[in-house]
Amino acid sequence: MNNYINWFRRNLIRIYMALGFTYLFIPVAYTFGFSFNDAGKSNLVWKGFTLKNWQNPCGAPDVCVALGNSIKVGLISTILATFLGTLIAFAIARHRFRGRSTTNLLIFLPMATPEVVLGASLLAMFLNLGINPGFTTLVIAHVMFCISFVVVTVKARIASLDPHLEQAAMDLYANEFETFRRITLPLVAPGIAGAALLAFSLSFDDFIITNFNSGTFTTFPKFIYAASARGIPAQANVIGSSMFFLALAIVLAGQLVSKRKADVKG
Amino acid sequence: MAFLHASASKVTSLKEKKSLLPYLLLAPGMIWLFTFFILPIVNLAQTSTQTPVKGGDTGQYEQTLRFSNYVDAFVNNQEQFTRSFFYAFLATVLALAIAYPLAYGIAFKSGRFKNILLVLVVAPFFTSFLLRTIAWKQILGEEGPVIAVLRGLNIISQQTTLTASAFAVVTGLTYNFLPFMTLPLYVSLERIDPRTLEAAGDLYANAFTTFRKVTLPLSMPGVVAGTLLTFIPAAGDYINAAILGNPNTRMIGNVIESRFFKIVDYPTAAALSFTLMAAILILVTIYIRKAGTEELV
Repeated sequence: MNNYINWFRRNLIRIYMALGFTYLFIPVAYTFGFSFNDAGKSNLVWKGFTLKNWQNPCGAPDVCVALGNSIKVGLISTILATFLGTLIAFAIARHRFRGRSTTNLLIFLPMATPEVVLGASLLAMFLNLGINPGFTTLVIAHVMFCISFVVVTVKARIASLDPHLEQAAMDLYANEFETFRRITLPLVAPGIAGAALLAFSLSFDDFIITNFNSGTFTTFPKFIYAASARGIPAQANVIGSSMFFLALAIVLAGQLVSKRKADVKG
Repeated sequence: MAFLHASASKVTSLKEKKSLLPYLLLAPGMIWLFTFFILPIVNLAQTSTQTPVKGGDTGQYEQTLRFSNYVDAFVNNQEQFTRSFFYAFLATVLALAIAYPLAYGIAFKSGRFKNILLVLVVAPFFTSFLLRTIAWKQILGEEGPVIAVLRGLNIISQQTTLTASAFAVVTGLTYNFLPFMTLPLYVSLERIDPRTLEAAGDLYANAFTTFRKVTLPLSMPGVVAGTLLTFIPAAGDYINAAILGNPNTRMIGNVIESRFFKIVDYPTAAALSFTLMAAILILVTIYIRKAGTEELV
């Protein structure tokens, strides 16, 4: 009996972790499981196993149009937000200038503002200016809320760099531009890549701000929300699950690459 | 050391001379944020005091300074305000209780699986947030497994439902913002030097005292960042209440959304948004002061 209690005490944190991960993955597993449901239009009750949703993920009307739109908005917003955010991150991390604290505040505020306020205020401005919401306003909105997250991620990476590496490059007669291109930028690159991945996932998954600023332009989350009233087609589960596995593969591949680099260095 | 300091200050002084560069780097992004974040907020403030045009169509408003919009908006929706902050508070406390041991385990007890486990915390994010929330609705729903088990074991009565309830809304909020809580906690726990924990043990602190006196205080920046990253979006959320709730669990986000789209009452929506934003900023400021962590991000 004592042995069991000891085992339990020693592994308490592991048991807790297992429970935590179970909680995190229950809806993911459910979504994946029901992507094999032979359900027809409304994917509410289990009707039997089928592969046909996976063989024809665009089978449900408009689901792939919505997906394509989301990817398009996500890519454009990610590129713009990553570019703008990285520049700001370098300015904050590497320079002293007047208005630094105002800048920090302006970066922090969008993250401290609820999405519904961001979305509603931007739409109100567009409407006041007589601009009809659509693709362009949506990209504008997504870039706006992604910038801060990019700045924070890239800034953290720059701050963790060893300044002596750059000094060493300068000692070896590299000028400032060369040092930046051959030392600083490659070292910061993983942070920029991480920030881009974060920006894309924020943009791709956003519903609240999108719903306010997209007009009749449909994105994947908007499609799901509209469909949820009458039952979501199983194809949406296929796409959701695929995105999950794709993202997992990208992140794990990234980790493998950085580990191999570290091994080579070591 | 003195040498390092000298050379470090030389580098900074070099950069200080070219004072134009940082502004060039900042300008494009800052102009974007100013135009599409600050200006809309200012515009929102204007809209919040507008009055309907007499004899005009629905959705037509003229600029006035009707500050009583705020009083009306707050008085009519006091219940939803209180509920939003209460649900967000519950979800934050629950998420902290779930995420802290999780982050602790990943930081200290997972050895070479650390990176993989960390990826797994973020991974559910990539299955659409709406799909996962709708999945909860069906898991907790009438045809789902949870209710069958609970009813079978007579833990709940045959009439009790789990969905369309405050329970389901708080479950959804807790679930959806759990990674936002776990990641900052992990970051601050991982930074702790294990030798400080050993030192506490050497000074005869037992495991609990070590945790209370060393680990917890050192992880406070993570606790502050995590609770903010959970509380703020949870207080403004309306998806969980819309999918998992009922008319009696409506949150302030639901009210703003319906004022905007269904009732086309822009001034009230604006006044509510502004009040929500102000309330959150005030709470956040007090909280950061109390917690004593100025360096947030």
